[in-house]
Amino acid sequence: MKTLTIAGRDFSSRLFLGTGKFSSNRLMKEAIAASGTQMVTMAMKRVELEDKEDDLLTHIITPSIQLLPNTSGVRTAQEAVFAAKMAREAFGTNWLKLEIHPDPKYLLPDSIETLKATEELVKLGFVVLPYCQADPTLCKHLEEAGAATVMPLGAPIGTNKGLRTLDFLKIIIEQANVPVIVDAGIGAPSHAAQAMELGADACLVNTAIAVAADPVEMAIAFKEAVIAGRRAYEAGLGAVSSDFTASASSPLTAFLNN
Amino acid sequence: MFSEELEKISWKETTEKIFAKKDSDVRRALAKENCDVEDFMALISPAAQPYLEQMAFLSRKYTQERFGKTMSMFIPLYLTNSCTNSCVYCGFHISNPMARTILTPEQMEDEFKAIKKLGPFENLLMVTGENPVKAGVPYLAKALDIAKKYFANLKIEVMPLKAEEYAELVTHGLNGVICFQETYNRERYKIYHPRGMKSNFEWRVNGFDRMGMAGVHSIGMGVLIGLEEWHTDVTMMAYHLRYLRKKYWRTKYSVNFPRMRPAENGGFTPNVIMSDKELAQLTFAMRIFDHDVDISYSTRETPEFRDNMATLGVTTMSAESKTEPGGYYTYPQALEQFHVSDERTALQVTSKLKELGIEPVWKDWDSSFDCYLK
Repeated sequence: MKTLTIAGRDFSSRLFLGTGKFSSNRLMKEAIAASGTQMVTMAMKRVELEDKEDDLLTHIITPSIQLLPNTSGVRTAQEAVFAAKMAREAFGTNWLKLEIHPDPKYLLPDSIETLKATEELVKLGFVVLPYCQADPTLCKHLEEAGAATVMPLGAPIGTNKGLRTLDFLKIIIEQANVPVIVDAGIGAPSHAAQAMELGADACLVNTAIAVAADPVEMAIAFKEAVIAGRRAYEAGLGAVSSDFTASASSPLTAFLNN
Repeated sequence: MFSEELEKISWKETTEKIFAKKDSDVRRALAKENCDVEDFMALISPAAQPYLEQMAFLSRKYTQERFGKTMSMFIPLYLTNSCTNSCVYCGFHISNPMARTILTPEQMEDEFKAIKKLGPFENLLMVTGENPVKAGVPYLAKALDIAKKYFANLKIEVMPLKAEEYAELVTHGLNGVICFQETYNRERYKIYHPRGMKSNFEWRVNGFDRMGMAGVHSIGMGVLIGLEEWHTDVTMMAYHLRYLRKKYWRTKYSVNFPRMRPAENGGFTPNVIMSDKELAQLTFAMRIFDHDVDISYSTRETPEFRDNMATLGVTTMSAESKTEPGGYYTYPQALEQFHVSDERTALQVTSKLKELGIEPVWKDWDSSFDCYLK
């Protein structure tokens, strides 16, 4: 399996985890370990920034894991830039998962504000991984603005519905010059495998692991699914069954035999 | 720049790979919605020959999905045959003792008016040799200014320019640029292009990046079939097309597969001959590989072949072309760059297309859009 590189850092695991919704921090820690992930995102708003012994943070930090603070909760580019600066200060990393969702119900990313914030944060030296709509044109704009990856959604966040944006994800993957991380909506290991088979560079999973009856087992299932999907992609998938036998009559190409 | 990408791809290994493609590789490619360059290699390989009918079917399907049952019509005008290069296969090369012509602005007007009498052409392709002193950027700017009065969409096929020169021509109404790499075989390129600016492989192959950077709307690519192993050359072009698409995503792309004809300069014998069957296979393969790319057939091809391919993947055609400067009005008897095989009038070509259920599209752009480019 090829190594994934984002902003100069190598990742041998292509599964990234979110840290919300776990029933306990202890369980979260075990799930992170079981998943083999090397990058974990956490909402800055959930961490007690002044407290070095913050319970959530102490359960995440290990040397092999890249911390990816996210701006969940902000509603505008301006708020996002402010939150990003706070996060850089508090966590000592310039990596940032940019999330701007002014709508508190579906938490759908705001394309216009996300692009604005990306442009500004890149100028400020951040490694920006923007969560975004599965909009191919937006993804090209984000790429041109200097985003380190794009993170299009598979389905509305937390819905476990899988790759509802399939056709658009395909176009994004086809066009991208930066890694494509499918984020949001992945509800089952088969969804993650499907994304990887399409050629996505990585998946970010949270809810499906956090709310599983056994999050640790589920983390292992996702780990294996992501590996299987990636391996299949690199190996070259076989033909879907279709009847491509040469036919005796050739109405379209008979003229070539004259 | 693409020259750096090209360094990573071995000509020899690519050739071996293409000829090693198996039946299963072809079937896998045919079953895929999005083919990569490896699939393209399978589709142009000898292993795909038994699948021509299936390829034609898919090519027609994708073409109709994206382009409908239409054919975009264009006409070329050669502005000059003056050229400082000495491409060994070209009748216009510098040491050929022939009369050289550079159309004056008045003559251009005459040509444009004469073209308009042939049919309602709105897509014009202006072609020159490479003579930066006598037919450089100021000359092209002037030609575009005049042509814009007659045609909605202007393309040029000239020597590679600097990015800022392309950008300047865009402000004069330039919509598209066509440039043929001729061959992607870096070692052999020099043999065909021994002197002049054109002998610089990198400058030519990176010209497409410069067009992209300059924001040219439409980029046309091509390799000259007859120089090197065509399978390998078109595969390199497929890599190039994918590279450009990813990088300059606002641009439209077109491809051409010009088959070499005996030139007028005493004759360069093509090293490679591509049959009709192979050109058809390549056309289908290109469409299956890239559903959106404009595939253009010139009057180099015969009427029968053009008519048959018109429903199977080709999306742009020229008609009633003259390949000598001033050929429509000023110098109807001058030396042509290549021999035209389809000598039908524009009216005859388009009547035949209509009979085949294809609508000829003359105008697909409005020059009023160009004011925003300035």
